[in-house]
Amino acid sequence: MLKDITLGQYYPVKSFVHDLDPRIKIVLTIAFIVAVFLGGSLLGAIPITLFILLAARAANLPVKLLLKGIKPLRLILVFTFLLNLFFTAGDTVLLAVWKVRVTLEGLQTACRFSLRLVFLVTGASILTLTTQPVVLTDGMERLMRPLARIGFPAHELAMMMSIALRFIPTLLEEADKIMKAQMARGADFESGNLLQRAKAMVPLLVPLFVSAFRRAGDLAMAMEARCYHGGQGRTRLRVLKITRKDYIACAAVAALIAVTAVIG
Amino acid sequence: MPIKIEHMYHTYQAGSPFQADALEDIDFTIEDGDLLALIGHTGSGKSTLAQHLNGLLTPTAGRVLVDGQDINAKGANRRALRQRVGLLFQYAEYQLFEETVYKDIAFGPRNQGLTGDALDARVRSAFDKVHLPPDALEKSPFELSGGQMRRVALAGVVAMEPEVLVLDEPIAGLDPKGRDELTGIIHELHRGGVTIVLISHNMDDVARIATRVAVLDKGRLAMLGTPREIFSRGDELEAMGLDVPQTVQLCRRLRDGGMDLPDCLTNEELCAAICAAKGGAVHA
Repeated sequence: MLKDITLGQYYPVKSFVHDLDPRIKIVLTIAFIVAVFLGGSLLGAIPITLFILLAARAANLPVKLLLKGIKPLRLILVFTFLLNLFFTAGDTVLLAVWKVRVTLEGLQTACRFSLRLVFLVTGASILTLTTQPVVLTDGMERLMRPLARIGFPAHELAMMMSIALRFIPTLLEEADKIMKAQMARGADFESGNLLQRAKAMVPLLVPLFVSAFRRAGDLAMAMEARCYHGGQGRTRLRVLKITRKDYIACAAVAALIAVTAVIG
Repeated sequence: MPIKIEHMYHTYQAGSPFQADALEDIDFTIEDGDLLALIGHTGSGKSTLAQHLNGLLTPTAGRVLVDGQDINAKGANRRALRQRVGLLFQYAEYQLFEETVYKDIAFGPRNQGLTGDALDARVRSAFDKVHLPPDALEKSPFELSGGQMRRVALAGVVAMEPEVLVLDEPIAGLDPKGRDELTGIIHELHRGGVTIVLISHNMDDVARIATRVAVLDKGRLAMLGTPREIFSRGDELEAMGLDVPQTVQLCRRLRDGGMDLPDCLTNEELCAAICAAKGGAVHA
């Protein structure tokens, strides 16, 4: 029941995109977002769509998986679409019922903004689907390293992030187990009004918190026992290296930005 | 209330790259009054099977019939089922949440709709069955030791008075004394008329208290029989990465060394057999 969370779930296959350096992937994702915002017209959506399909192909990801990532957004998407559709001023009236007017401009804006949302989510999910969380935080740490000079705790932040990410599946599994254990004792998580449901969560949340704190304590102890003392002088198991593939990927994104900038 | 498992399969995360077959073609019946031990190597599907017995997991194919009724059929009342088939999870001490032991044990029966004196009687009776010090009843469960917490969790399930009790490695991680005590409690519950399914890695306990043993190997039911039948097939068990009870091991060694002994399951039997073989009287 808690297994349907795809956000940030790594998809374990081998591919061109999986092999890319995480730093490059992060930078390229940001560049992709820039391209999405550059593409103002509906025409600009075409190269971006093509690019996403190409990237999904190069990443060996089924398109279905990408679309599944949009599902939680469906309410926001519909809302964005309708809001823009009805409240954009314009001259070319397509449909007018009583005080509600749908204009051509409105329809265009509505499509543009909803598409933009879809692009942003799918683009970002390609990053998380093809990069293991630990590698991702590794890349972030390296990218943030220049900031460490002005006292920004880059390493600590990255470490905290990787620990948090590492424990999401563990805690989900734990929550699932405790939930089942309480259901075996007749607990009911699914029916009742809001207050009853909130109350029904107590038998789940108390053990979950207790075990989260216990795990945190254990982990801190285990890290200290292995002489962890922060980022200084720490060497790494995975040394990040830029390869030819990274240059190819950069070129592809650069081309996308150029095309969308021209089309507008 | 027999539980009949018919050609049951279970696949985790079917259709994703994480797909894994956990159970394949499981087919057997848990009879009334059984103390069925479920043994198997880590990852052989024991816990998965256990969770099918009260409908927490739904089989990918096949059926589970409790008292003749398919528990996964449309409209089946799973909450009522879970009161008849109790399940104690692995490391069950982590499921405790109430302020006092009393309230935690009362959680299950309260969900059954009991209140007042009936509830109080259930809680006290369950508490008595797990042999905890009397003053523990009003303590916070988090003040107790790990082994005591485990017994509170067991009491929480026992308090629902299930006809079948499924215990997933109830003695894992306990010290020898706690292990013996808990095994004793399980034995007493069984003698009190509860059908028990016990998942265990401790073959000595299995040999001592089980009436039947089911062996799972890589998601399949490899053997089913009395402890005596199962543990006489020591070589096959070892090939599956399983132990045989120490008594059985000793018996086999002695036989390999040239002694003429029958298959023995318990210490007492082995003692008698050795004495008989040596032509002496039994002093044990």
